[in-house]
Amino acid sequence: MAKPFPALSIVQLTLVRIKEFVREPEAMFWSFVFPLLLAAGLGIAFRSRPPEQLRVALVRDAASDSLERVLERGGGLVVDVLDDSTALMRLRTGQVALVADRDAGGTLRYEFDPERPDGRAARFLVNDALQRAAGRPDPVPVVERTVRERGSRYIDFFIPGLLGMNLMSSGIWGIAFSVVTARNRKLLKRLAATPMSRAEYLASYLLSRLGFLAAEVVVIVGFGALAFNVPVRGSVGVFALVTLLGALAFSGLGLLVASRATTVEGASGLANLVMLPQWIFSGVFFSSKNFPDALQPFISLLPLTATVDALRGNLLQGSGLVELAPHLGIILAWLVVTFGLALRLFRWR
Amino acid sequence: MIPAADVLPPALEVTGLVKRYGDVTAVAGLSLAVRAGECFGLLGPNGAGKTTTLEICEGLATADEGEVRLLGRAWRTDAGWLRQRIGLALQETQLAEKLTVYETLRLFASFYHAPRMVNDVIPLVGLEEKRDARVGTLSGGQKQRLAIACALVGDPKVLFLDEPTTGLDPQSRRQLWDLIEAYKRAGGTVVLTTHYMDEAERLCDRIAIVDHGRVIAEGTPRALVGSIGAEHVIRFVLADGAEVPSALLEALPGVRVVAGTRDDGTELQCTAVHETVPALLGLLAQRGARLADLRTHAPTLEDVFVSLTGRALREA
Ligand SMILES: Nc1ncnc2c1ncn2[C@@H]1O[C@H](COP(=O)(O)OP(=O)(O)O)[C@@H](O)[C@H]1O
Ligand SMILES: [Mg+2]
Repeated sequence: MAKPFPALSIVQLTLVRIKEFVREPEAMFWSFVFPLLLAAGLGIAFRSRPPEQLRVALVRDAASDSLERVLERGGGLVVDVLDDSTALMRLRTGQVALVADRDAGGTLRYEFDPERPDGRAARFLVNDALQRAAGRPDPVPVVERTVRERGSRYIDFFIPGLLGMNLMSSGIWGIAFSVVTARNRKLLKRLAATPMSRAEYLASYLLSRLGFLAAEVVVIVGFGALAFNVPVRGSVGVFALVTLLGALAFSGLGLLVASRATTVEGASGLANLVMLPQWIFSGVFFSSKNFPDALQPFISLLPLTATVDALRGNLLQGSGLVELAPHLGIILAWLVVTFGLALRLFRWR
Repeated sequence: MIPAADVLPPALEVTGLVKRYGDVTAVAGLSLAVRAGECFGLLGPNGAGKTTTLEICEGLATADEGEVRLLGRAWRTDAGWLRQRIGLALQETQLAEKLTVYETLRLFASFYHAPRMVNDVIPLVGLEEKRDARVGTLSGGQKQRLAIACALVGDPKVLFLDEPTTGLDPQSRRQLWDLIEAYKRAGGTVVLTTHYMDEAERLCDRIAIVDHGRVIAEGTPRALVGSIGAEHVIRFVLADGAEVPSALLEALPGVRVVAGTRDDGTELQCTAVHETVPALLGLLAQRGARLADLRTHAPTLEDVFVSLTGRALREA
């Protein structure tokens, strides 16, 4: 008898995955709308602002008028002239970065908290302005050039991180939830009783992820480029390869997380255990270089670190395949190991 | 010449099956043979080991001891070949709620080398109007018919159904029975489990009564009912919870078996109802017990189970 079209079970399995996902409005929200809200929020919070003005206080006395004029001419400082106790109170509550005073003998006195970066900066700026005004020469000539380039802002750093994080959470949540629900409802057992290829069943999860991958990438990177002018410097081919491998590796991880759990609660716990360290260590929100050197080899082997680093290299620096090869190697290794393990550990009942 | 059914090799042959779960022995040395083209029923109370037996036959579980030969082959060596040739409905599968009836069947069809056309299977189970409805919107009976459609879409030689009508309303049950009979008329072999004796009597050519993981009786429904040697069953309930010692009841003329029923009544299987009833009424009058209810009926499979185990099928 003629087989109904299209007959290939891998095609059918993948179509079914996609339909189930599209018909689940909540899943669509978490994959597409939520990351945009996050990007918009963080993009606005960390948008580029004019350089911060430091606020300092001068103690009101005979000298304070002339000092105030000198400091305001220097630039970068906002000066409040206050009486002694008010000035100290504002310093203690963090409203001014430094309190300056000149005593009768002409000695300058600075009060500030050296642990506060703005305190140290204010001491440097105030002292520099006052000493120059008093006639201090600069023995070495200085030329300054200021750089303010696309690619070095927080939003530029964050968009590739957000994309990597989204690849991870869609891969792990989308797959773990669906597999565990099917196991719980005995649907997996029913499928295992058919001649269906078990590898094809698992592979259909990877393939269906690819369908959504394109949409997710376009939404996030497109949003970054249009709303915040985030640069896209690398080749599109390399970018596609990085996202593809990353998405497949996280899907493999999702299958592994879901390979034995029988309840959604159990799978959620495991998924969080897998994802939390990567949210923290992999440099999504801030650079992973902030962690101690001893941790760096471990951090660089995490799949999210490799994905995010490769995405940043491609988008921000325009790195090619050769520079990104180590990252891609790590991602590929995760894909092979997680999918292989999931296939062996997977429980069908 | 057409060979008689019992010279054909059996469609399913199970010998000495044992399955243990920790301390529980779910199946304790069960054997049976199902002929090609017959409907064979495993009848027994909850926990008797019916599902476990069926799942071993379906290749979903492995036995600790014993052997299963299905269509002449073993699961260990021919799993792929066998899966192409059987269809089944598990006791408790919930199909994906977000897919439609058609999509679900098309998915299952894609697993088989020579499936039936999905559009031919849908009318078979009477779901034409629900073709494009999501599974989540179907009634219990419709879901169960879809589960059977999933079993039929691979055009199986042997159909395994685990409690196909449990929890369904009478109309849905009859629809399913028609469906199973149609499959059998077309030459299919059916193995089903049930704890409804009416279902077993109506559908099955032969029945194995299973209790505590063993077959305690086997045969056609008629032969099984005949085997207890009773022509009638008298069932009575006494008012005000009065009781009569069963030794006195057993001593009544023509009584073979005495058993309690779920609703505090008593059942007497007897060979000579015209002698037993007057004697029973005399005994009750003599003890001052009043009758709340008294009826007689022809023996059923339920009574076979009672006479074999002393327990009622549903409460056991
Ligand atoms: N996976 C299992 N783990 C432990 N015990 C089980 C398992 N499956 C079945 N049993 C036990 O085996 C016995 C037979 O169960 P089952 O085959 O489901 O009976 P039936 O289908 O006749 O109601 C029961 O006592 C049941 O509790
Ligand atoms: Mg059962």
